[in-house]
Amino acid sequence: MAAPVAAGEDRVTTDAGRAPPAIELIGIDKSFGPVHANKNVNLRVERGVIHGIVGENGAGKSTLMSILYGFYEADAGEIRINGEPVRIRSSKEAISHGIGMVHQHFMLVYPLSVLDNVMLGAEGGPLLANGANAIRRRLAELGKEYGLEVDPDAIVGELSVGLQQRVEILKALVRGAEILVLDEPTAVLTPAEADQLFEMLRVLKSENKTIIFITHKLREIMSLTDRVSVMRRGEMVATFDTARTSPPELADAMVGRKVILKIDKSEAHPGRVALEVRNLVVRDDRDVVRVNGVSFVLREGEILGVAGVAGNGQSELLEALAGIRPLSAGEILVDGEPLPPAEHNPHAERLIGIGHVPEDRHRVGLVMPFEACESAMLGFHYETVYGRGLLYDRKAIIDDAEHKMEAFDVRPRAPLLKTANFSGGNQQKLVLAREIERNPKIMLVGQPTRGVDIGAIEFIHKRIVAQRDAGKALLLVSVELDEIFALSDRIIVLCGGRITGERRAEDTNAQDLGLLMAGVDERAA
Amino acid sequence: MELFDTFIQIFGSGIRLGVPLILACLAGLWSERSGVVDIGLEGKMLTGAFAGAAFATFTGSAWIGLLAGVTATVVASLIHGYASIDQRANQIVSGTAINMVADGLTALIGNAIWSQGGRTPQLSDTALFNAITLPFAESFGAVPIVGSIYRHLISGHDIVTYAAFALVPLTYWALYSTRFGLRLRAVGENPAAVDTAGISVRGLRYSAVIICGVLVGLSGVYLSLAQAAFFQPHMSAGKGFIALAALVFAKWRPWPALATCLLFGFLDALATRLQGVELPAIGAIPVQAIQSLPYILTVVLLAGFIGKAIPPRASGIPYVKER
Repeated sequence: MAAPVAAGEDRVTTDAGRAPPAIELIGIDKSFGPVHANKNVNLRVERGVIHGIVGENGAGKSTLMSILYGFYEADAGEIRINGEPVRIRSSKEAISHGIGMVHQHFMLVYPLSVLDNVMLGAEGGPLLANGANAIRRRLAELGKEYGLEVDPDAIVGELSVGLQQRVEILKALVRGAEILVLDEPTAVLTPAEADQLFEMLRVLKSENKTIIFITHKLREIMSLTDRVSVMRRGEMVATFDTARTSPPELADAMVGRKVILKIDKSEAHPGRVALEVRNLVVRDDRDVVRVNGVSFVLREGEILGVAGVAGNGQSELLEALAGIRPLSAGEILVDGEPLPPAEHNPHAERLIGIGHVPEDRHRVGLVMPFEACESAMLGFHYETVYGRGLLYDRKAIIDDAEHKMEAFDVRPRAPLLKTANFSGGNQQKLVLAREIERNPKIMLVGQPTRGVDIGAIEFIHKRIVAQRDAGKALLLVSVELDEIFALSDRIIVLCGGRITGERRAEDTNAQDLGLLMAGVDERAA
Repeated sequence: MELFDTFIQIFGSGIRLGVPLILACLAGLWSERSGVVDIGLEGKMLTGAFAGAAFATFTGSAWIGLLAGVTATVVASLIHGYASIDQRANQIVSGTAINMVADGLTALIGNAIWSQGGRTPQLSDTALFNAITLPFAESFGAVPIVGSIYRHLISGHDIVTYAAFALVPLTYWALYSTRFGLRLRAVGENPAAVDTAGISVRGLRYSAVIICGVLVGLSGVYLSLAQAAFFQPHMSAGKGFIALAALVFAKWRPWPALATCLLFGFLDALATRLQGVELPAIGAIPVQAIQSLPYILTVVLLAGFIGKAIPPRASGIPYVKER
């Protein structure tokens, strides 16, 4: 295992005859008010390589790239492109220096065609007709050269996410990008789409383009990149040759201490069926069927993981079970008894012991401007411990919140602080505390560690397993395969609203699940 | 033949009533396509009508009146633009403020100068936009039906009316065939995409707001210098709001906007025509019922007959670079 090259030492003087690095960032510093997002960051990216940048959420990766792309200007520091010091004050200047960026949230105009999107900002004159023809030709060329075919007249909003990302890459290439920055590009892709993307990036690399690949998934770093830099709390802590490092070493660098990626958990002892779902059909807000005939059972003392690429019906399934989305067909049985329609609502379900940790804590789980103690009683606010009649007992509310924050190590221990002022991990602990402290017999858990730092992930995972060991039935919906593997005893995979397979956790692996997630339905075969 | 003449008259009147709607609707289209919601069209129409009439009165020139009217509405638009784009204010509040200020201020200034309760003096023909007779209108007009249509519907309008009709294809062309149009359509949907493409969101939105000011200014000037020959308080009478409804109805597209505004104009003309008329089996319809017809129809049409009208996704939302 190679010793990590300290970022400072990495900035060696360019050897004579060797091409200068494509990008050199020297001493980049950026603060947003009290938040020091980038601290004296140095980065050197050689031409024609795929350079990964990893770090936890909030490590400063996106800020650094936004500075490179001219979205923000650094408070201090220097940027060199091909050895030349440059100032990048706007996206326009970044583009003129040959930098292209594929943002995590696509910068696309959905009602417009692929051609219009690619052309935007590169129209080639005040009238569209000439430019449009030139771009059309260029798209055809690029399609052949890199295998990036897209129908130029398709409406972007109607394309699959993978194709939309392809349009983003084409936008950069049409503008003559030599350096391509991709910010968490695989977060929205199926495993097959991600493989396609990687193939595409390798072709680009072979054409001597430079690629910066930002992610927090170590698997992707290992399989794709040539070099990898690690960021932690705004600092660039290390740079490795990918071939001479390992996932544990990178994970250590990311968090600054050893973490147990796999938590210790004893064998499950599933008991009787707590929850059963029969032929469930659920529609989304636009009346599109998102869950299409799903049936499964959930037993006491087990964690059932629901895996799948985001947007394949998991969210709607969870919402339907929690009583916040109506059922179009099918039934839910609790302890063998059908749940009557009158009790298919969150309040009634809580009363019969079904807890719900929603996927999106910002939108559904918490009220951001509320004090933590208020957020900690949402959904249970009617209970008499918080007061009788029209008035609340403020002291009881605060005491209750303090107790929960103590039990779940929510920091800071400040019941009167606004919910929004807690970090993502602590907000999530607050939601978990609220639900688990009510001692439900069935827990519906959605994306428990989305946007949560690694330290808090460990804590949350342990709590979830402890619930299982206490004989509770847990349904876990997560788009993170690692999380599904770490927690689940049994796994079902959803694709296109149907269950494409069921596995015992010890009998499967990422590849196997990847096939199921991509819709290879063994039952149909 | 008498029925035909009646129809010709109603249609002609419908066109005249539709013109201010068309101009205001196009004004709203430019603004909202860029992402700036403009509920202040009504107030700006009044502003344009008043400034136009006032300067036409001072100078005796309709053209100077037009220039003054348009300048005044562009200034009002820029105020709304500054609040919406730079100060990221709530655009509904800003637009409402413009409506209220315009409604009061025009009457106040008018009354201070001419002491006629806010009304400006009657303008002479030279200070108005008069009807233009197109070539051969007289001779060709003798031909039945086609000639009659040419003479009474197509010929005989003022220059602002012809401009309004010309502005529809012009808007269509500018939106869909020019660089500016593409960028404008994009900025109303996803300003971040425009920004990252290296284009100024602010510049685009200010341009759109200025175009909106020019168009709604023409609409106001039309009211006082073509449809009437003076300004009087509240003379826009809700047309700015009807134009906004037409904009939704037309789903923010130029040609449907023209069709909708003409439809509303014809309804208005029909309502006037039907006042006091005895209809078979129904009898005389109360004036109020007829006058409310365009409004009722607007509500009904908007509620049920056009499917889902999806506004530009970013309209009404100030652009802030996200962290």
